[in-house]
Amino acid sequence: MARSNKPLLWLPFAGGGLVAALLTPVLILITGVLLPLGFVHLSFETIAAFAHHPIGKLIVFGAVALPLWHAAHRLRMTAHDLGLGGGIAVKSACYGTAGLLILAAAGALIKL
Amino acid sequence: MSETIALEVLRYNPETDNEPSFQSYTVPYKDEWVVLDALNHIKDNLDATLSYRWSCHMAVCGSCGMTINNEPKLSCHTFLRDYRGGVIRVEPLDHFPIERDLVIVMDSFMDKLSSVKPYLIPKEDKPLSTGEYLQSPGELQAFHQYTQCINCMLCYAACPQVGLNEDFVGPAALALAHRYNLDSRDAGRNARAEIVASNEGIWECTFVGACSQVCPKNVDPAAAIQQTKISASVDWLKDLLTPRAHR
Amino acid sequence: MSPRPYVRKIQRSWWLHHPRYVVYMIRELTCLFVGLYCAMLVVGLVRLAQGQAAWDAFLAALCSPLVVILQLVCLVFAIYHSVTWFALTPKAMPLMIKDEPVPGSVIVGAHYVGWAAVSIVVLIAAGM
Repeated sequence: MARSNKPLLWLPFAGGGLVAALLTPVLILITGVLLPLGFVHLSFETIAAFAHHPIGKLIVFGAVALPLWHAAHRLRMTAHDLGLGGGIAVKSACYGTAGLLILAAAGALIKL
Repeated sequence: MSETIALEVLRYNPETDNEPSFQSYTVPYKDEWVVLDALNHIKDNLDATLSYRWSCHMAVCGSCGMTINNEPKLSCHTFLRDYRGGVIRVEPLDHFPIERDLVIVMDSFMDKLSSVKPYLIPKEDKPLSTGEYLQSPGELQAFHQYTQCINCMLCYAACPQVGLNEDFVGPAALALAHRYNLDSRDAGRNARAEIVASNEGIWECTFVGACSQVCPKNVDPAAAIQQTKISASVDWLKDLLTPRAHR
Repeated sequence: MSPRPYVRKIQRSWWLHHPRYVVYMIRELTCLFVGLYCAMLVVGLVRLAQGQAAWDAFLAALCSPLVVILQLVCLVFAIYHSVTWFALTPKAMPLMIKDEPVPGSVIVGAHYVGWAAVSIVVLIAAGM
């Protein structure tokens, strides 16, 4: 028994949970309901301009990276609950996938 | 012909049985009876071999925890009238080895409780000559609910993480640690962290919340653990960002 | 001394044995749909960085029936995540103001207000 380094994984998980709770529903509303119905247009100019701005980059990154980390950590814990093991395979699959997606997002935002 | 109610009790005799099996009994139904009364009736009148723990019969000693119709409950706190017309299935608490009948082996629980250093660890030695500790009502209020645990183990029976990992320190022990960590007279959070903030401590918990749902004393161990996750994370960050001088 | 204790092994299906565990599993699996949707957003970001044509194609894909249905499923789970997250927050972060505990309902209510505020701001920013 020794002090765990779990906080490294848990703090972004907790932050991601809050971001997901506050932000994700309205984003899905926009892209999944309002856009198809034509109430918003999300034109390239507007969105690209937002993502070009440094604060815009930070907001977009936070809105995507933190919930992704939250999902990864929670899925890892749930896999253990479901008897799918808690070994290196599950951890790599969860954090690895999230990591790749977060890197892809960062890469795109740097280009924008 | 007075009313009766059926009980199905899981029996296990380590001297003769390879595995547990259910035995049926019919007991008198009385509005004011609890399951413990039904068990006492069985032992006194029907089957003296039935073994189970009990003591106070008023939900303060924590002895009579059992699984009643798939729910961890105190048998002295579970009324027959809520099961009228049905069958009451009584089994030992989940997640503990069965010693005999409804008696479980609770050694692991006792070890876990003592492992969190459940006593005041003051900052400095305070000799009697300096007088008593002074504590305001607000300071007492801060930890009071966590003092209410009667060590009944219902929370361990309810917690799936206890079931999945027998090394998990568990809800009651972590709530007890929290009781001391919140006590204004205590300075032992660091000392307890070795166990509490380990992988088998708070970090095994996934906030299922079943522990708090079944607790007969409203201790809310789930809340204790989540609060400890936050304080442990802050401690971890402080350790990371500052020199270890404060240890 | 226990001469021969009987150990009952936990079954893989443990979470199906009581409604409270089924509800817990559903709550946990909300993260799968939150993650799925965020993965879609990452695809969108990549398309955005590839230019107008790629972005427009991404928007068109978002409006396809299958993807709309997928998003609606994600929306239901995302809302359930929000509701359960807010409900649990007072447990993790009890608030005391002047030695009096703040009622949990107040903490939860404040989160709903914040949720509404953030949603309105984002909707306005999106051009509603």
